[in-house]
Amino acid sequence: MVLSSDDKANVKAVWSKIGSHGAEYGAEALARMFLSFPTTKTYFHHFDLSPGSAQVKAHGKKVADALTNAANHLDDLPNALSALSDLHAHKLRVDPVNFKFLSHCLLVTLAAHHSAELTPAAHASLDKFLATVSTVLTSKYR
Amino acid sequence: MSLTKTEKAIIMSIWDKMSVQADAIGTETLERLFSSYLQTKTYFPHFDLHPGSPQLRAHGSKVVAALGDAVKNLDNMEVALTRLSELHAYILRVDPVNFKLLSHCLLVTLAAHFPADFTADVHAAWDKFMSIVSSILTEKYR
Repeated sequence: MVLSSDDKANVKAVWSKIGSHGAEYGAEALARMFLSFPTTKTYFHHFDLSPGSAQVKAHGKKVADALTNAANHLDDLPNALSALSDLHAHKLRVDPVNFKFLSHCLLVTLAAHHSAELTPAAHASLDKFLATVSTVLTSKYR
Repeated sequence: MSLTKTEKAIIMSIWDKMSVQADAIGTETLERLFSSYLQTKTYFPHFDLHPGSPQLRAHGSKVVAALGDAVKNLDNMEVALTRLSELHAYILRVDPVNFKLLSHCLLVTLAAHFPADFTADVHAAWDKFMSIVSSILTEKYR
């Protein structure tokens, strides 16, 4: 799966609209994920997962920053995400199925906040972007 | 995800054993697929899918032959499978979930035919190989 130049343009366009809200959206996506897909909570036994939790906010920022980094390196994702890829492979070992859940929740969050930007074409490009990121993050599992 | 040297050696050695019974293994894999996962039959409305059907045997043969091509080109599977990749992307459009089902049935068939050889290591190497082939066959979908 390769991101076309249209895909890249769409990802960058949406990202520029996100502006400084990344952390907020990241936290919201996580909150949505923990509610809709309770099995994902098993990776966060050490977190307070109640609404408004500072840990979830901080983690949402981490996730958003990583995705912003990815969005700024669309031509070289494996390299840009190498450290995170190692982390997920050797330490976190998040089952690949969960990346789809988080990606879904991120898209829902973006659609909720930026309905005008999230046209079907932009949605498809973002979905492809998140799928590519997920593949890179699970590429060293075995 | 890429195959280690050891994995490649394992894959080739099982292939040597398989290729002698290629047709039988291919046919059995498909029979298992169509009996356990009835929804996979929807891709074959034009086939007689009863056990012993010549179409089933011919198709099983095709599938295993294609895997053989991949085995003979382990260092360069994307290139070897380009035509099949395009076929699946533009014409067949088999939902990616079905590749896992077919892979599962092939591994079960191999285990049944080669019980002594199908150790945990061999199982893992073949599962990885099938996973890579499936990725290649679905990578041009969008």
